[in-house]
Amino acid sequence: MTDLVWLIPVFPLIGFLINGLFTRKLPEKAIGWIGSLSVGASFVVAVLIFLEVLGMEPGSRSVQKIVYTWILSGDLSVPIGFLIDPLSLVMMLVVSGVGFIIHVYSIGYMHGETGFRRYFAYLNLFVFNMLILVSANNFLLLFVGWEGVGLCSYLLIGYYYEKKSAADAGKKAFVVNRVGDFGFLVGMFLIFITFGTFDFTQVFSEATAKLTQGGLMVTGITLLLFLGATGKSAQIPLYTWLPDAMEGPTPVSALIHAATMVTAGVYMVARCSVLFAMAPVSMTTVAVIGGATAFYAATIGMTQFDIKRVLAYSTISQLGYMFMACGVGAFASGIFHLMTHAFFKALLFMAAGSVMHAMAGELDMRKMGNLRHKLPQTHWTYLFGTLAIAGIFPFAGFFSKDEILFYSFERHMGFWILGALAAIMTSYYMFRSVFMTFYGKSRVEADVAHHLHESPPIMTVPLMILAGLSLVGGLVGIPIIQGWHVFGDFLSPVFAPATAILTSNAHGAAHHSLALELILMGMSLAIAVGGLLFARYMYIVDPAAPDRVISRIPEIHQLVYNKYWVDQLYDILFVNSIVKFSRFLWKAFDDAVVDGIVNGLARLTRGFGGVLRQLQSGLVKDYALSIMVGVVVIIGYLVLR
Amino acid sequence: MENVSFPYLSYVTFIPSVAALILLFLNRKSHELLRWVALIFMLADFVVSLGLYFNFDSSTAAMQMVEDHTWVRDWGISYKLGVDGISLFLVLLTTMLGPIVILASWKDIKVRVKEFLICLLVLQTGMIGVFVSLDLFLFYVFWEIMLIPMYLLIGVWGNPARRLYAAIKFVLYTIVGSLLMLVAILALYFMAGAASDSYTFDLLKLYEFPVPIYAQFWMFLAFFLAFAIKVPMFPFHTWLPDAHTEAPTVGSVVLAAVLLKMGTYGFIRFAIPLFPNAAMDAAWWVCLLAVIGIIYGAWVAMVQTDVKRLVAFSSVSHLGFVMLGMFAFTVQGVQGSIIQMINHGLSTGALFLIVGMIYERRHTRLIEDFGGISKVMPLFAVLFMVFTLSSIGLPGLNGFVGEFLILLGAFKVYPWYAVIAASGVIFAAVYMLWMFQRVMFGEVTNPKNKGLKDLGAREVLVLAPILVFCVWIGVYPNTFLKPMEPSVKNFIQMVEKKRAAVLDLEKEKKQSSGETAGMKLTSSGRHTER
Repeated sequence: MTDLVWLIPVFPLIGFLINGLFTRKLPEKAIGWIGSLSVGASFVVAVLIFLEVLGMEPGSRSVQKIVYTWILSGDLSVPIGFLIDPLSLVMMLVVSGVGFIIHVYSIGYMHGETGFRRYFAYLNLFVFNMLILVSANNFLLLFVGWEGVGLCSYLLIGYYYEKKSAADAGKKAFVVNRVGDFGFLVGMFLIFITFGTFDFTQVFSEATAKLTQGGLMVTGITLLLFLGATGKSAQIPLYTWLPDAMEGPTPVSALIHAATMVTAGVYMVARCSVLFAMAPVSMTTVAVIGGATAFYAATIGMTQFDIKRVLAYSTISQLGYMFMACGVGAFASGIFHLMTHAFFKALLFMAAGSVMHAMAGELDMRKMGNLRHKLPQTHWTYLFGTLAIAGIFPFAGFFSKDEILFYSFERHMGFWILGALAAIMTSYYMFRSVFMTFYGKSRVEADVAHHLHESPPIMTVPLMILAGLSLVGGLVGIPIIQGWHVFGDFLSPVFAPATAILTSNAHGAAHHSLALELILMGMSLAIAVGGLLFARYMYIVDPAAPDRVISRIPEIHQLVYNKYWVDQLYDILFVNSIVKFSRFLWKAFDDAVVDGIVNGLARLTRGFGGVLRQLQSGLVKDYALSIMVGVVVIIGYLVLR
Repeated sequence: MENVSFPYLSYVTFIPSVAALILLFLNRKSHELLRWVALIFMLADFVVSLGLYFNFDSSTAAMQMVEDHTWVRDWGISYKLGVDGISLFLVLLTTMLGPIVILASWKDIKVRVKEFLICLLVLQTGMIGVFVSLDLFLFYVFWEIMLIPMYLLIGVWGNPARRLYAAIKFVLYTIVGSLLMLVAILALYFMAGAASDSYTFDLLKLYEFPVPIYAQFWMFLAFFLAFAIKVPMFPFHTWLPDAHTEAPTVGSVVLAAVLLKMGTYGFIRFAIPLFPNAAMDAAWWVCLLAVIGIIYGAWVAMVQTDVKRLVAFSSVSHLGFVMLGMFAFTVQGVQGSIIQMINHGLSTGALFLIVGMIYERRHTRLIEDFGGISKVMPLFAVLFMVFTLSSIGLPGLNGFVGEFLILLGAFKVYPWYAVIAASGVIFAAVYMLWMFQRVMFGEVTNPKNKGLKDLGAREVLVLAPILVFCVWIGVYPNTFLKPMEPSVKNFIQMVEKKRAAVLDLEKEKKQSSGETAGMKLTSSGRHTER
């Protein structure tokens, strides 16, 4: 079965080609199912391979399959090849599984859109690239998927390209991502001059031999790679594109900007765990950036009224958690959270989409309220998602988040504080969105109110499946009890080398203390419930409270509400100044200096010719005079010599 | 290197000229007939040129399909043609674009059709001739032959407002460089002839002559100027935006796709191997100019208001990559450089065709006159998007392979240059996508854009072959990398070997310079007498 791994990305590619080229005449349903089933087929293959790998010895669960040599030039040889190991399998399962569910949901959500076929073609193309990204066996092929998902993200954000804001957002996403890609690219060059190959297995196995621990090279490589990750996974300082990306259709936000593409950075860091583990500076950077982003994005999330923006900032914040986990050395926990987050965040986005569907595209939570009776299934599923992300026992988010907080505490108290503060804010703004949307008084406008309706089963069934996963998805990682952390055990061979490096550096790291773990767990739970109660007080018990708070601290609220003015700052610093400088170069250098010289030379030649022309006057007396002068000069020269 | 039985290269080079001759005798009013004749001959030329590929031996670096005939015996001028892995794909690119260019101009050119086609056909011969000449004199003849039809294409069929300015600027710029090159060619001819007593313009023989370092400097400078203008390298690029903007669509296509490659090809075939010491000493500076060109071209492209000018400036940026890779003198750099020559020909050629298609419909190229075209012309939108992506180097398409190899190859030698050049990928995305957005996205605000017809079959046919190769090179570049590898490796080895040889020679000279100072004077005096 592992020989057929290439089928996993190829199925969606076929779906893309069919929908892109041939299905012009087919009805929506057919197009939608072609798109969905192509991803479903990938999922089936991934499951079969997963089962086969489960049957192997844990130590030998790493298989490479080379399809053909892609680029061969001098000492560079890059294959199109796949790496099957626990990490890539988890990613393949999540991408194709959640992707399939979102595809099916899209059939209902995108019903009646003029670009239906284009939408499914792009979506399939995205899944193809994403699967390439997670299954590649070398850096360059990973980069192919990396850029490919960026392209699809660009195309799908700009799906409603007639809207300027959508087209702008797409372009912004692509360009900001390219800033990160630049770092990735340079990181790859350093890897190549060090190792002479891009092959993962080879690079990671030779890392300890060819690089010095904590040396400049390994630090440089990992920081550059991480720059790439901050672009793709929307971390400080390159996060600004993700909130704008909400211009795309909501299932796109669910698939690309929550469940899969934005986690590519986390995957990549986890994939390079050996390199990162060798560079303490980089590890600290990853943890600090992750923790800071988790905190920072959560503050903004508390103030937004657009339900998708709330979810977007929450995504940035949760991605920050994953990076923090990687940065403190808990790579498996980062991937664990990546998976549970894929379940509940995709669910939240799609439930929000279901709300939008019912409310004719309305996103402003101030115009919602008390929707739980009209949209019962949407309400329940959204609530499940919220319970999961807030970290309420026994939902999936509880296990993964608690684990990250625990390892953060072990590494440094500061990380735990950042994470805990972010957690309480997360719980607060998520329940705030629940209460504003589904509870309290209805603020729905009259003409929208009588159209309110629950979404069709093709949308609600996917919601229920994900709600189920949000509930039980965390059970693969039960803490404390030895041997019950199935997920961590499965991944551990991948991260074993990195863990070995980290523990040897830590000189007898802190041992798991059961009491500490239980205390921290209790605190996690208390934090989650605290956020819930606070939100309930603000939006149910005393609905006037939020305005009172805002009027108390208007400046701070404005600052946070306007996202700390970072977008505007970037515009002034980078966008405007470069455009202005380019205009200057064009007008002042190209036109004035270079062409000034060129045209000046031409004018000079012509002018000089004009002067010479005076000599050829055609008058005999002038010529006679010049002969005279010539004779005098020559004679003078001969005489005086 | 024996003469092959079938003179492929002569056929490939001169089939277009034969067509031009035939056209002379046809009625100037039967436009369709003229076009069909030109198209059929261009197609035939392409088919014959495929023979080059299928008979090409990928395992050797030697010149293949060589034809060698004495032309002017007394001056050592021969009619010598040949291809190797470096020139093979440039020839194929040229012959492939031949029929495309005729097809693309089918509806566009309505006045002086006969002259127009003759110009294109003669130009084709000139371009192929440059790529296959192995004799400096012959090369120079082809080099100058190209100039005239291109001058006419811009000056006669260009944009009435500024076509004369653009045409004259193009010619003067080029001639300044090529005259200096002629001087250098003659200097080399006499110098090498005097040293070996057999005067020849045969390139392969001149390769073996070690030019003294002081002379290399001046000769390289002359060649550099000629080629750098043609490439064009910063800061010799200002003829390009004018020429591109004012030229008719197919003029721009040929100019971008093939003519600019004359410069880069000139470096790799002539300037570097003939004067390796000077070239390697200058490499740091050449790469500096290349990197400046990459960033500068991208930035200035970003603020253009005319689509064609924007694509023209993007060429400055892309050709900067080509030069950077070449002067890195690593296998990846040089291979990337050659691949990137092909890529630029494909994607920028296609972009000019695309711009031409929309210009035919709207008679404007200003970005602000468009908007929302995707809605009106969906098929056009898809093709435009693909070529845009190819141009900004998206993996899976051709541009990425070239840029990546160049950057990797350059990184080994000049890491900082490569890093700065790599930041060019950010700006490439900015200027192309921004332009694309303003032209294609948004609502249709200008009523003139509402009724635009989507692409017809002829237009799709024009773009389809280019599209195929963009994907091919992106997905399976080895088809192209493999045949060029021996030649590229040989190029690097030859350059290094010759450089070392010259250095040794200089050392010897220095050691014995004390005794023979007087003798050197007399001998050089004798040389000049000849």
